[in-house]
Amino acid sequence: MIKILKFLKPYWLWIITFLVLVVIYVVATLQLPDYMAKIINQGILPQDNSVVWHTGLLMLGVSLLGGIATIGVNYYASRIGSGFAKDVRTAVFSKVEDFSLTEFNRFSTSSLITRSTNDIQQIQMVLIMVLRQVVQAPLMGAIAVAKAYHTAPSLSWIIALAVILMLGLIITVFSIAMPRFQLLQKLIDKLNLVTRENLTGLRVIRAFNNEKIQEKKFDDANRTLTDTNLFVNRLMVVMFPALMLLFNFAALGIIWYGAKLVSINNLEIGNMLAFMQYAMQIIGAFLMFSFVFIIVPRASVSIKRVMAVINTKPEIKDPDKPIKPTKSSGLVEFKNVTFSYPVADIPVLYDISFTAKPGQTTAIIGSTGSGKSTMINLIPRFYDVTSGHILIDGVDVRDYKLENLYTKIGYVPQRGVLFSGSVESNIKYGAPRAKESVMTEAARISQSTEFIGKLGNSFEAPVSQGGANLSGGQKQRLSIARAIAIKPEIYIFDDSFSALDFKTDLNLRTALAKEVKQKTVLIVAQRISTILSADKIIVMNDGKIVGQGNHKKLMKENKVYQEIAASQLSEEELKAYQVGVDRQKTANLKMVEGGAK
Amino acid sequence: MSKDNISIDAEKKKTPAHGMGHGPMGRGMVGMAEKPKDFKGTMRKLIAYLKPYRVLISVVFVFAIASTIFSIASPKILGNATNQIVSDYVKANAYDQITAKLPAGYQIPAGTNGNDFLKNLPEAMLSKIHSNTLDSIKSLDLSQKPTFNFGKIRYYAIILISLYLFAALMTYIQGWIMSGVAQDISYKLRRQISEKINRLPLSYFDKRTYGDVLSRVTNDVDTLSQTLNQSLSQAVSSVVMIIGILAMMFWINWLMTLVSLVLLPLSILIISFIVKRSQKLFKDQQNSLGDIDGHIEEMYAGHNVMRVFNGKARSIAKFNSINDKLYESSWKSQFLSGLLIPITTFVGNLNFVGVAIVGGWLAIKGTIQIGDIQAFIQYVNQFNQPVSQVAQITNVLQSAAAAAERVFEFLEEKDELAELAKPVVLNEVKGAVEFDNVVFGYSPDKTIIHKFNTKIEPGAKIAIVGPTGAGKTTMVNLLMRFYDVSKGAIKIDGVDIRDMRRADLRKLFGMVLQDTWLFNGTLKDNIAYGKPDATMKQIESAAVAASANHFIHALPHGYKMELNEEADNISSGEKQLLTIARAMLAKTPMLILDEATSSVDTRTEILIQKAMEKLMKGKTSFVIAHRLSTIRNADLILVMRDGNIVEQGKHEELLKKKGFYASLYNSQFVTSKTA
Repeated sequence: MIKILKFLKPYWLWIITFLVLVVIYVVATLQLPDYMAKIINQGILPQDNSVVWHTGLLMLGVSLLGGIATIGVNYYASRIGSGFAKDVRTAVFSKVEDFSLTEFNRFSTSSLITRSTNDIQQIQMVLIMVLRQVVQAPLMGAIAVAKAYHTAPSLSWIIALAVILMLGLIITVFSIAMPRFQLLQKLIDKLNLVTRENLTGLRVIRAFNNEKIQEKKFDDANRTLTDTNLFVNRLMVVMFPALMLLFNFAALGIIWYGAKLVSINNLEIGNMLAFMQYAMQIIGAFLMFSFVFIIVPRASVSIKRVMAVINTKPEIKDPDKPIKPTKSSGLVEFKNVTFSYPVADIPVLYDISFTAKPGQTTAIIGSTGSGKSTMINLIPRFYDVTSGHILIDGVDVRDYKLENLYTKIGYVPQRGVLFSGSVESNIKYGAPRAKESVMTEAARISQSTEFIGKLGNSFEAPVSQGGANLSGGQKQRLSIARAIAIKPEIYIFDDSFSALDFKTDLNLRTALAKEVKQKTVLIVAQRISTILSADKIIVMNDGKIVGQGNHKKLMKENKVYQEIAASQLSEEELKAYQVGVDRQKTANLKMVEGGAK
Repeated sequence: MSKDNISIDAEKKKTPAHGMGHGPMGRGMVGMAEKPKDFKGTMRKLIAYLKPYRVLISVVFVFAIASTIFSIASPKILGNATNQIVSDYVKANAYDQITAKLPAGYQIPAGTNGNDFLKNLPEAMLSKIHSNTLDSIKSLDLSQKPTFNFGKIRYYAIILISLYLFAALMTYIQGWIMSGVAQDISYKLRRQISEKINRLPLSYFDKRTYGDVLSRVTNDVDTLSQTLNQSLSQAVSSVVMIIGILAMMFWINWLMTLVSLVLLPLSILIISFIVKRSQKLFKDQQNSLGDIDGHIEEMYAGHNVMRVFNGKARSIAKFNSINDKLYESSWKSQFLSGLLIPITTFVGNLNFVGVAIVGGWLAIKGTIQIGDIQAFIQYVNQFNQPVSQVAQITNVLQSAAAAAERVFEFLEEKDELAELAKPVVLNEVKGAVEFDNVVFGYSPDKTIIHKFNTKIEPGAKIAIVGPTGAGKTTMVNLLMRFYDVSKGAIKIDGVDIRDMRRADLRKLFGMVLQDTWLFNGTLKDNIAYGKPDATMKQIESAAVAASANHFIHALPHGYKMELNEEADNISSGEKQLLTIARAMLAKTPMLILDEATSSVDTRTEILIQKAMEKLMKGKTSFVIAHRLSTIRNADLILVMRDGNIVEQGKHEELLKKKGFYASLYNSQFVTSKTA
């Protein structure tokens, strides 16, 4: 946790200036009561006007100095705090950008987002608060104690008593309130949960006529929240009057016991009043300082969470000695690949071996959890294999410079992930310098031209965060266009056609077929109709390859494949398809023959 | 599979208000006041809300005024105590000075007072002595050293102690009452919002995000309750305090008061300047924060894609440029808003100096006493706080009014059409459904169903097909009366569904939707959702019929297993089976089903399909169909496209038509050499 302080290092000069200013401020502030005492003792009582004026002007100068120092303190506190937060934010963000899915899974995406945003913001707020108010407190307290003790040692016990009582009060109130503050957060979450449930389940609730039950649920959460809130509020209400009482009693005590000292000539009146001011500063300083114990634990949770990210070493990074392949065609080979997620006991993939050749379509099918997606995620190194090798053009993917590996791969995720910007910036995301023609061609192949035209601004049309202003199908098509635009050697489609209706799907794949003729294509699919004509179908079950071959072969030999097929298509349809494929094949053959002539 | 997908949906749901303009960070920040559209109107409504509490609130006001008056009185009394000490001290001092010059052992006769002593002094010496010292010497009994009048001081101390105690007690009671009132009102408002949610027509939610409603329930109500809790009584006591302190200050000395008031407009001017400037900077900061949060969210959610398309350098560059902007606005707004305290302290110090100089001068002249200076300084110190509170009260009231406005706005939305006074009650439902010239559009200017007519026999199976986004759920919405038809009527067994009570109508339908809504609770409670009084036996047999029993028993705690908040501790296929079991248990005469699509693996799919078939037996069912087997043996197929019903009929008829349905159907089986 202390390690986070290294981010303060670049600001050491500012910090020193800041500390000097704090000292100036504290000394100046504590000088004022002394001058006041002087005015009373040497000016008013002996009735010397010149002392009053002279000292008064000195006071003016000192308080001006103090004022300027505080402005400086505040200036540097703001700059140091914000700069610190900026640096931490950059450190966290660039670290996360280097994370692989292993780290993303360990932290969870939502937690990483909170760590990069709210947690850092929280730390910044606390740091600025500490710099502004808490740092000066011990100094203020120490000097004031020294001065007070010097002025009237026999009155010091009043201050000590007041401080002890105040700390006792704060500790009592907060030790009761703290756990309830945490409880409050939970109760608010609960209330939010019920409300969200009511909103997202609106139709179901109404369909089952359960409005009253939901209202009751909400009411329970509402009631507990209100009660706890009330308790905490009423507890906190104690603080202000109690502290006032403390300050007032301290002042009264000083006057009472001070008068006794004055009466035996042990204390001058001016000094008694100065002592009172010191006492207030001391109690105030302790009050400020006790905030540390309230705010720092809150920040420390955030600091720990942030440091956990910063201290993580990403598992997947550039190799020390990258290897460049001698030829580049996009040949993908899996050699005895086994993979298990970190901390999982059982591997997700066992001993996977296959080859996906350029110019061929390799499809992967299997039930949920059979490891299809995991398998293709290993190619762009979202994860690294536990054992075995994945080779592209004969070189292990782990020996590639990451950047070079990525340029070989056109990856299309399951859900169309887009970034805010324009249609153009999204299609050209992987190839920012691509020509206009490449972009329009990619749009055409992905069947996006028509809907882009309807967006109003054509390729300039804005895309909002996450592509929220586009439909699922449109997002999928644009993410296909994005992959086409980088002209990769290997295409990876992770069930990327699911949001398209049959017709668009068909048109898209017909157009795509020409584009990918010489490329290696890997498709993960759920719909069997998507992959019927693939050159090679890999059937996955429980992390193992249970069959390889084309549709015809698998239909004959493979039980799992037969099952999948039977669940999606009726016999009739399968036959109808077969006729279609045969016809298509004859047509293709004729075309090829025609071309040969 | 789910492990490979980076999903931020869950988080989005958790922080719905994030980035919505008035998220949790947006409000409550220093100097960020949101302006209400209609301040007066909202305030009037708010006051109407406060009416039942008027007695309590008056008590709070009385206590606030009383405790303020007490705390205003105390510095003056403390000053009196100091004065007593000073004058005793002066006397003792004078005695010491006079007796010091006497020869040793000389005894002043009893009864000699200061006057006798002064008579013997030469004129030149006399003129040097100040008039008020002269006065105290005159009445001095020189025969013995004067002692301090501790009786008088004790008297002041006792008064002060009781004042302090009373003031503290009253402040506490006032806070105690007010937090009760504030919490009570928040409770009521939240309850009303929750009830309102269930009364609003579904069309209301077409235009708004859930986050918007959520933020009204939590953030807005919170802002309101905080304002009620603190600002109301604070405003009253601040005003009383300002008046009271001014009065006391003038009472002590007008000149000193004027000196300290000279600085007041200056500090108000500075404060208002700072508040104005920092508001703009806070807005900038808020915008940059929103930008950076947005970028972070987007990049983390699309991490895979960012990585594979070599987007890292660009992503970091964009991040840095936003981060720089954020830094600028952040330190500036922090600096400026942080100036408030030092500047008011500085002005306070200037005041202190002014009071010390003028007070010292006046004290020497004998116009005032030292205790008065001390009291005055205390008043000056106390003065700043209520002034800056009053200066901020408009901001506070405005943001409270803005929050209240959003809450009231929601509560005043139009409810669903009221139920008929004498609704028709169907006793025995056969399940005949008739669409009679139905016209419907989600918005009045865009009709999507034009004069739709059809008669459905009891027990028939109706398939609704069409590409994604074709509006298949519209049928569900109309049948369940989530929306009302614009023209025409939907009739069940000949009765217009608008003539029934909504609750009665909805009891006729069992519903299994793709969007499997389950709630945070046990599996048992989820299955029994439509029939909360169901016995365990009934629940279990429904689960058996839905093929859910088996997997439930395989889960930890079985039927008592708690679904978590996102209901993602069971698979989507299992969720679907649960909703089927839920519909099974409800035993309704009619059904609305949404078939599972690709998110479920094939074996589970078979289970679901079988369960659905079992469920549909003998019931009029509307099925949003994806599966060919369902479509082919449906009694009626409704083909939807772009929200419209474009074709209807049986499978063979529609195929013969060679229309949209035929092309939809055929496109599945003609493949080319594809990717």
